Amino acid sequence: MAENAKLMQGNEACTMGAIAAGLQFFAGYPITPSTEIAEMCSEELPKFGGKFIQMEDEIGSIAACIGASLTGKKAMTATSGPGFSLMQESIGYASLCEIPVVIVNVQRMGPSTGMPTSPAQGDIMQARWGTHGDHQIIALAPGNVKECFELTFKAFAYAEAYRVPVIVLADEVISHMREKVILPDPSSYKIPMRAMPTSPAGYKPYGADPDGGVPLMAPFGQGYRWHCTGLFHDESGAPSGKAAVADKLLRRLERKIEKNAQVLEDYYAESMEDCDIAVVSFGSSAMAALSAVRRARKEGHKAGMLRLKTIWPFPDAALRRLSASAKKIIVPEMNLGQLALEVERAIHGKAEVIKLGKVTGELFHPDEIYQALKEAF
Amino acid sequence: MRTEFRLSGSGGQGLLLAGIVLAEAAILEGKNAVQTQSYGPEARGGSSKAEVVISEDEIDYPKATDPDYLLALTADSYKTYGPLMKGGLIVVDSSVSLDSEIKARTLSLPILAAAADTVGKKVTANIVALGVLAGLAGLATRGTLRKAVTARVPKGTEELNLKALDVGLGLAAQSGIPSASLK
Repeated sequence: MAENAKLMQGNEACTMGAIAAGLQFFAGYPITPSTEIAEMCSEELPKFGGKFIQMEDEIGSIAACIGASLTGKKAMTATSGPGFSLMQESIGYASLCEIPVVIVNVQRMGPSTGMPTSPAQGDIMQARWGTHGDHQIIALAPGNVKECFELTFKAFAYAEAYRVPVIVLADEVISHMREKVILPDPSSYKIPMRAMPTSPAGYKPYGADPDGGVPLMAPFGQGYRWHCTGLFHDESGAPSGKAAVADKLLRRLERKIEKNAQVLEDYYAESMEDCDIAVVSFGSSAMAALSAVRRARKEGHKAGMLRLKTIWPFPDAALRRLSASAKKIIVPEMNLGQLALEVERAIHGKAEVIKLGKVTGELFHPDEIYQALKEAF
Repeated sequence: MRTEFRLSGSGGQGLLLAGIVLAEAAILEGKNAVQTQSYGPEARGGSSKAEVVISEDEIDYPKATDPDYLLALTADSYKTYGPLMKGGLIVVDSSVSLDSEIKARTLSLPILAAAADTVGKKVTANIVALGVLAGLAGLATRGTLRKAVTARVPKGTEELNLKALDVGLGLAAQSGIPSASLK
């Protein structure tokens, strides 16, 4: 066996991805099925001077992460649906104040306490619109254990580059599953760093190109004085109620992510080139889907698989490009059609979208998706 | 070729650990392995299930779809998962009464008793069961299994668990079913 091949759990890989990206601060309130991330952070972070804090709840957890990030540290929290709901107000604050932070949401069956140990994928829209007001967010969905590492690493890169909260949208199956993983050589990592000012003189904390520019971020505690507020603010950071200031700020924040949508798109595609029927899915549902698509292909049916790794911003262009030949698109997901809605919007009537929602608290069996494919052909 | 194991019983019996060791032994033998689980909200006493899929090829779907081996350590798990067995072999603890409605080939072995009496610790039943499954499936050499067990069990319990492994391998050898000839 390869020397570094290891049986690794999704949550473990996620934690290692964060540490590889330079995680220095974790604050969290343990919740199934994300608990292993908090456990591992509590063991690993102190080994290299990082900080782990178990907070009183999820509201405190995200707030502590935001505070740590403002001092220049890379910060992460991990939770599941109920905790993610509690974090929404502060996610809005981080979004408006442009504070990098990574939030791992290991989805479980909801709403409410739901079925705590059962998988689901019902937080797609919560990830996008859980906090109020127009805002941009990035959400990445790992489809296997290795991607728990890779996409958590990427989450930090995006958070730092765009000064935006990034959600790692995992699910119980992916995060609790263990599989053989060979991780890249640590010396190959390019550690993501935010752009910082070089001198406090004339520093404008929110000065940036109105067309989606990202301002330089000065760490608190190093001689920079600036105002960080959830009120709308001008380039100096001072609160402002002026119409022009508000408009300029919100449009810049929108453009910041929107204009990079194609840079951010990430997916796995198989047999899409000539497919008559495409299956579009993500996370653990996509594992069942891939198995079904391969079986259909073996039997001579032109089925294709598109597994989205970037969920937000939704990869409209990639979806349209890759499913150009598809007459029908089946969307298996462990919710009642949240992804299917987006697929329908993006595909613009060019293909029939078939919802395949499952809310039993169990992962799809490949036969269920194979059956849907057979019916569609 | 894909080999699927379903290990079922009660929370606290250590079946998840047995599943992890099974998967790690397969990896040590150069194969691919995926382990998944499902469990109730209870830490002890609820239902618990661990699944391991082992293959030379890429594993696209991580759960067992048609298990080659079902381990059932409790009557509940036997009744829940036994009827789902199409082919494959059921390994059930001999404390569980067999149900004539469950048609799959069944091997009743004194796993819990062997752990308590032969090994001398009831809690080693998971590793005895691991030995049984690995022996029947011809999954890995004894040396590889010993390495995998040693790497995962709590420090200070290595000798005890290695004894449990040997007891399990012994039960498999005496079962009259030739190793890995079931396919």
